[in-house]
Amino acid sequence: MTEQPFLRIERLRKRFGAFTALKAIDLEVRRGEFVCFLGPSGCGKTTLLRAIAGLDPQDEGRIEIAGRDVSHAPPAERDFGIVFQSYALFPNLTVARNVGYGLVNRRKGAAEIKRRVDELLALVGLPEQHRKYPAQLSGGQQQRVALARALATAPNLLLLDEPLSALDAKVRVRLREEIRALQKRLGVTTVMVTHDQEEALAMADRIVVMNHGVIEQVGSPAEIYRSPATAFVADFVGTMSFLDATVAGPKRIRTGALDLVCNDDRGLDAGTAVKLGLRPEEIRVRDVKPSDPNAVTVQVGSLEFLGAFCRARLTPEVKTAGPLVADFSANLMRDLNVAEGQRLLIALPPEALRVFATAAQG
Amino acid sequence: MAEVAIGTAPPQVRVSLRRLLDERQAATLLIALLALVLVVIIALPLWTLLSKSFQDANGGFVGVRNFAIYFSTPTLFASLLNSVAVAALSTAIVVPLAFIYAYGLTRSCMPGKGLFYAAALLPIFAPSLLSALSLLYIFGNQGFLRQLLMGASIYGPIGIVIAEVLYCFPHALLILVTALALADGRLYEAAAALGTTPARVFRTITLPGARYGIISACFVVFTLVVTDFGIPKVIGGQFNVLATDAYKQVVGQQNFPMGAVVGMILLVPAVLAFAVDRLVQRKQVALLSSRAVPYAPKPARGRDLALLIYAAGVGSLIVATYGMAVWASFITYWPYNLSLTLNNYVFANAEPTGWGSYFNSLAMAALAAGIGTALVFTGAYLIEKLKIFPAGRAFAHFLAMLPMAVPGLVLGLGYVFFFNAPWNPLNVFYGTLTVLVVNTIAHFYTVAHITATTALKQIDAEFEAVSASLKVPFWRTFGRVTVPICMPAILDIAVYMFVNALTTVSSVIFLYGAGTKLASIAIVHMDESGTIAAAAAMATVIMATAIGAKVAHLVLNRLVFERLQAWRKR
Repeated sequence: MTEQPFLRIERLRKRFGAFTALKAIDLEVRRGEFVCFLGPSGCGKTTLLRAIAGLDPQDEGRIEIAGRDVSHAPPAERDFGIVFQSYALFPNLTVARNVGYGLVNRRKGAAEIKRRVDELLALVGLPEQHRKYPAQLSGGQQQRVALARALATAPNLLLLDEPLSALDAKVRVRLREEIRALQKRLGVTTVMVTHDQEEALAMADRIVVMNHGVIEQVGSPAEIYRSPATAFVADFVGTMSFLDATVAGPKRIRTGALDLVCNDDRGLDAGTAVKLGLRPEEIRVRDVKPSDPNAVTVQVGSLEFLGAFCRARLTPEVKTAGPLVADFSANLMRDLNVAEGQRLLIALPPEALRVFATAAQG
Repeated sequence: MAEVAIGTAPPQVRVSLRRLLDERQAATLLIALLALVLVVIIALPLWTLLSKSFQDANGGFVGVRNFAIYFSTPTLFASLLNSVAVAALSTAIVVPLAFIYAYGLTRSCMPGKGLFYAAALLPIFAPSLLSALSLLYIFGNQGFLRQLLMGASIYGPIGIVIAEVLYCFPHALLILVTALALADGRLYEAAAALGTTPARVFRTITLPGARYGIISACFVVFTLVVTDFGIPKVIGGQFNVLATDAYKQVVGQQNFPMGAVVGMILLVPAVLAFAVDRLVQRKQVALLSSRAVPYAPKPARGRDLALLIYAAGVGSLIVATYGMAVWASFITYWPYNLSLTLNNYVFANAEPTGWGSYFNSLAMAALAAGIGTALVFTGAYLIEKLKIFPAGRAFAHFLAMLPMAVPGLVLGLGYVFFFNAPWNPLNVFYGTLTVLVVNTIAHFYTVAHITATTALKQIDAEFEAVSASLKVPFWRTFGRVTVPICMPAILDIAVYMFVNALTTVSSVIFLYGAGTKLASIAIVHMDESGTIAAAAAMATVIMATAIGAKVAHLVLNRLVFERLQAWRKR
């Protein structure tokens, strides 16, 4: 990508007293991209967003928006729209006045403002709600109004601070699809903060996974899920079982008394202590032959019913560093008649085994 | 991308404030201005008082010599002991009385709670000395119940304690009602499930839950009594206390250094009470989690009846005492001619300013309410909502909290020394309405500031961020959103300022001028000259005005406000 990044962040640092919220963050966001900051609470994702907005300025580092250095510019000079988890709608103003709030100040004519407000309310799927007050709308509707208000002044950058976290599960899923579709249609560069990995995977072009004030990994949702760079990312995004292990040789890993083949040993020397990770859905159960690579006989421990699938804890008959977690579909449960205490022959596909250096464990 | 035009420049129509002054510069300037105002109206007068207590009459530094003289002069030191004794006794009486009353209001199902609450709050709407005036009619030399004292005189400690108990009752009650209203109902359900006896529930749940409120009430009452001027002035007789000493030293003997020393001593219990109150409030908040279920009392006949009888007794005693003064103000010549008359309301007969002092009070209260509310609310907004200039905001907040720890009398002394000083260019205001208004605003600043801050904390913290992103300056959002949302709190502050400005005596007694005598001061003077009926009449007028303001506030809230604030409805 030779194009100039739309948003460029260099060596950004921020401290709150003794607590370091951001440790030398570097990041580039392309024009029109949808980027999610993902991480647990306290990881610095919101601090980073607020630094970009200029609401809580950084201690050190540079922020560039559209090629302009805004490191020390006040929020009003940065050209962004922002949506908060709390909606932050003005409760004493009607929906139309909320949406038109930023337009009035730009000395536009009343007719022009009205046209623009109509246009935006139609855009977010709330036509005919002009005269209502925020308290008369549902949470999802309020967040749409907040979105319309943020977009009204046609900013080049849209910042979303956990916009869906306060909503019911169903509304959340529908609104996230709509926000994504709207963002694609308008092509507005968007940064969203979330602690919900599913939301990040579903919406983002790229995900920035953060922990303890540093970026753990930046990548597309598929990259983050399939090739997590660190054990933290693997654990935070999706579910993964971890076993303490050592590198036994090239592409060979040993955990307890179990020898396994893996496709990617990250070039670590034999004898290195590592963590071995495996996603629950990757464990093969059907048509496994004892001669298959990494075939293991296990005993089914507890079974947890989770609706569409069952989460099983599997204890290998050979001694290992701990149990494995596997997700069995309802289909599989029926076909194989899986029950607690049953013995099963399973295979751990070499391409699905992830090796993490233990030092990287956050 | 037909819908959204990206990056359109705002049309340049006319020069706005924004172009002359950067938003951040404006914010910094406003915060600095607020801090400066608070320094002038709060910090400098107190500083002047402090330094005065270490100076001789000519302004030379003498170290602690004034304090040494004070403590070695038996008559002065006796007043300190008198004040402490009277305050301790009043506290020991009023806090248990108010606790049971508050318990009835919050933890029982007795009927008429609203009525009893209103009855108990009555003293708040009158100058403190009204209760003393009533006692003169009841137990004084011509009082119809003076035999009950069995030869003892009401003039002196007995009268002071009874009057202070009446005057302080609502102040203790408000604190204790708040403390008792905060209770986690689940604790009581858990106790009931375990078969706990009511006595044990009271001892292990109710009392510990209210303990901080009780401590706070004790300190507040003690401070109120020690620093109250009106009651000992009217009914103290030869029994000297700190507050009357300060008045005598400054007004009578023009001994400013000794007045300053008394002021400094008066500051001690108040500062202590303030510190305890802060400490206690921090703990009280932590007591209740957000998941607590509010306690709702269930009917219990015996308990409810007992509390009803108690509340009826105490409530009617308060109303009767205050009613006594009102009735007496209409009587021709107590106790010989009990026919009703309006002559006592012709104030010119008793006091040269006549009704003028009442109108001075009205003007002063209205100005203090108007200007004070604007200053306090804007100040609280700057401190609470702006992110810029943290040192300036913290300093302004500290100054705003300071008056809580300063009794009115002490602040009044500080004002005398500061605004009367020859070196001070502001001394042109001495004796004017301006200085009275400023003093009153400063005196009642803290409670108003806390009210405003609480209201501001309840509104979304991101409004300023949203406005900034929409390129709307913060002062516009302040006017269009913050002020309308906080209107109920703003009205509360205005009424609080107005009522207190009407009834206060202690801080303004040093500050009035020839043309600016206030009604509350006129009452003191009429009492001094022996026209007690006129004094009672003036106190009645003030009380009626204060109650009228409060009722107007409630009616306004009910009728006008709820209609204007349609957006609050779902």
